[in-house]
Amino acid sequence: MLSRREFIQLCMSATVGMSLTEYLIPVMRSTFAQSKTTKAPVIWLELGSCTGNSVSLENAINPSMEQLLSEILDVRYHWLLNVAQGDDLTKALEDTVEKEAGNFWLIVEGSVMTADNGRYNEIFMRNDKMVTGMEAVMEIAAKAKYVISVGDCAAFGGPSAAFPNPGGAKGVWEVVKRQVINIPGCPAHPDWMSGTFTHLLLYGVPELDSYNRPLLFFSKTIHDLCERRQQFEDGIFADFPGGPGCLYKVGCKGPVTHADCPLRQWNHGVNWPVKAGAPCIGCASPHFPDGMMPFYNHLPDIPTSFATLNIKKISAGLVAFGIGGVGTHFAAAVLKKRIHKHYIKGTKPLETLPPETLEQAKQELNELTKQKNALLSITTKSDVKQALRHRKWWRRKLADFFYPKDKGGE
Amino acid sequence: MTKKTIFPVSRVHEPLRVDVEIQNGQVVEATVGATLFRGFENMMIGRDPRDAALFTQRICGICSTAHAISAALALQQAFGVLPTPNGQHLINMIFAGDIIQNHIRHFYLLVIYDYVKGPNMPPYSPRPEGDYRLPQKLNEELITHTKEGMLKAMRAHEMLAIFGAKIPMQQTILVTGVTEQATADRISAYASILHELMEWVEKVHLYDVAVLADYYKDYYTIGSSKGNMISYGMFPQPITGRREYASGVMLAKGEVQALDINKISEDIKYSWYQGDTMQRPQEGTTIPDRNKADAYSWVKAPRYAGQAFEGGPLARAWLSGKYQRGTGVMDRIITRAQETLKICQLAEEWLAQLSPGGPTHTPYTSVMQGEGVGLTDAMRGGLGHWLRIKDGKIDHYQIVTPTTWTFSPRDNQGQRGPVEEALLGTPVANTEDLVEVGRVIRSFDPCFTCAVHMIDAPEIPTMII
Repeated sequence: MLSRREFIQLCMSATVGMSLTEYLIPVMRSTFAQSKTTKAPVIWLELGSCTGNSVSLENAINPSMEQLLSEILDVRYHWLLNVAQGDDLTKALEDTVEKEAGNFWLIVEGSVMTADNGRYNEIFMRNDKMVTGMEAVMEIAAKAKYVISVGDCAAFGGPSAAFPNPGGAKGVWEVVKRQVINIPGCPAHPDWMSGTFTHLLLYGVPELDSYNRPLLFFSKTIHDLCERRQQFEDGIFADFPGGPGCLYKVGCKGPVTHADCPLRQWNHGVNWPVKAGAPCIGCASPHFPDGMMPFYNHLPDIPTSFATLNIKKISAGLVAFGIGGVGTHFAAAVLKKRIHKHYIKGTKPLETLPPETLEQAKQELNELTKQKNALLSITTKSDVKQALRHRKWWRRKLADFFYPKDKGGE
Repeated sequence: MTKKTIFPVSRVHEPLRVDVEIQNGQVVEATVGATLFRGFENMMIGRDPRDAALFTQRICGICSTAHAISAALALQQAFGVLPTPNGQHLINMIFAGDIIQNHIRHFYLLVIYDYVKGPNMPPYSPRPEGDYRLPQKLNEELITHTKEGMLKAMRAHEMLAIFGAKIPMQQTILVTGVTEQATADRISAYASILHELMEWVEKVHLYDVAVLADYYKDYYTIGSSKGNMISYGMFPQPITGRREYASGVMLAKGEVQALDINKISEDIKYSWYQGDTMQRPQEGTTIPDRNKADAYSWVKAPRYAGQAFEGGPLARAWLSGKYQRGTGVMDRIITRAQETLKICQLAEEWLAQLSPGGPTHTPYTSVMQGEGVGLTDAMRGGLGHWLRIKDGKIDHYQIVTPTTWTFSPRDNQGQRGPVEEALLGTPVANTEDLVEVGRVIRSFDPCFTCAVHMIDAPEIPTMII
């Protein structure tokens, strides 16, 4: 069996053309063979959703959805897949909740509709009475081992909760009083789902950020990983979606969206929006969609102590002064400051994981020593001092951003 | 007489409640109701019109591209622009990928377990006993095909993503085309998956459907509708705008007539919305009212010239004049499979007409005032987006989805919706599991995530990011 550390490296190093699940199945097989674990009983509830996350999971490949069902998840209830219908199906649900209490996973797709006491979304019948999605999720979540939200709607309300939110849609965590693991995205990438499920099965709850998203997949911004990042740095911007250059000016929300789409790509690594010339719309963000619309407008103006800057002024300035590199770095820095304030409060940068064995600790120490020697050989003493001062200043800044006084219950 | 309720009906997209009355082993009365309301159209008000395609496709995870295309068509009218030839072909090819995916997935994931015994594990068990007519060997063969089918549906989505960036929820469709380039490598990648799918549909999918049709001959008559068919047409061609599937309506299997969109109206007497007057999609305004007496669904009752109509592959087949066998459960399943092959062939033709490297879109700007209607057939029937732009923002948005047509409740005159009508006379062997009722319902390929409706709201303040 893989160590947790190796598993995380595996998840984060997805390469083009290879799906995560492709690596997972052999691992799962050997784990099951050693009878260290069994398939997890799963109740999958669809509430105020579009079924997009189920369809996305059906796009999981190597293994296919069919293998996923037979080797990783023991799906007792998912009305899109169950052969039984009506009362027989409701009975299967109730049996699982009762017999597997404390053991089953509750996976929720779609937001909880709270308007009119939840009656905008009814999902089954009990004793001839309609049961609302809100009622069911509260009741079932209390008995589940893990509660997992898939898709932006279940995680944060998403499109179902777009203004003026006629159905009173809410993210699952706002309704159930317990930890909910959020796998956002519209829809969630199959790898994000299968990777998290596997982590849960083998090692328990993965490391989460303050939005309870697995850091495995949501630790960096699209912008940081983007294949058009160099064009951003060089000040080459597309004028219209589909054009060559960075798509920032035509609305890309990559700088404020945490996900690894550029690395992982979509549908078996065939493509992903920015590669196809379409600006990122920030669908994995907690602020999707209202905070990301209009989709084709660039991120908002940046107020500074000198003047209000926006991307048009910045790029005009670049042309005028020919200081492309410096200018965009400046813009990026200011922008990031604003972003930190409003978008990613509390998102922690991925910390190095503590070594699990003595061997790993030794290796790490060796690598650190090597790095230190390399650094020492190329920097003068004063440079080192300056860097240290700088780092301390940064640390304070970072601490302010990442550990705000009031976390607002998130 | 026994009254029975199936809720939830499984293997459909999102919740559906069916109430049937059974007498002498036959269904004599039926009502179908959707039990989810999200109100997407209302959310559109006050937003940037350019976002309509990307936002409205979030209505549905299985037919997302249909909504994007419908919104793009409405915006073409409002902005007064047209797609480039390459752009139009690519939009059609993206749509083709999604339809092929939908049809394959519908059969191998949702429909087949009504007729074939699945593996003995959840979610395939528990299952109702009885009426699995296939011999063991054939049963096993079809189960292996379901595994292949799920992979092929995934491949169809992969094919779509070559030009659509990602799916579900493609991201490249613009008003005048797509953002992705028609480069030679992409074209050949698309072609290679397309050929693989075409061969498989021809050899395996059509065979599987024929096997079912052979063992379940009575389902040619079970689930028959009146034969009121409607289609908005789909796949417009560049420049001419001629649609590969022509639009049309047909009353009780009669003559094909031209479609007049002004004859479309919606009734809400039996839907959970305030009021009970008939409305036109151009001006419909409604407010949810979950406590309304007599109402039993969130779906409205769209009518064409006062009549209920069925859409989807069966309707398209009838309207094209190439299929006249019947309007039962098996007819729906067969025409859906035949259409899958036909769309593969059409996509191959468009591939040949693409000019590699040619412009796939032209820049456009939004307008301050404007109106537009975007009609296209989606996988399961006619889909329409009606929008009005005022002061550069969306002022009115109304969507009439395929499932509202087929799964409509009763209208103001008390006429049943097409599915309610088709359920009448369905023989029921066991009133406990009602498998026959499930079969009829699934043959329509329902999708209630689309069954959304608008309410009027005050204009929202400028979006602050």
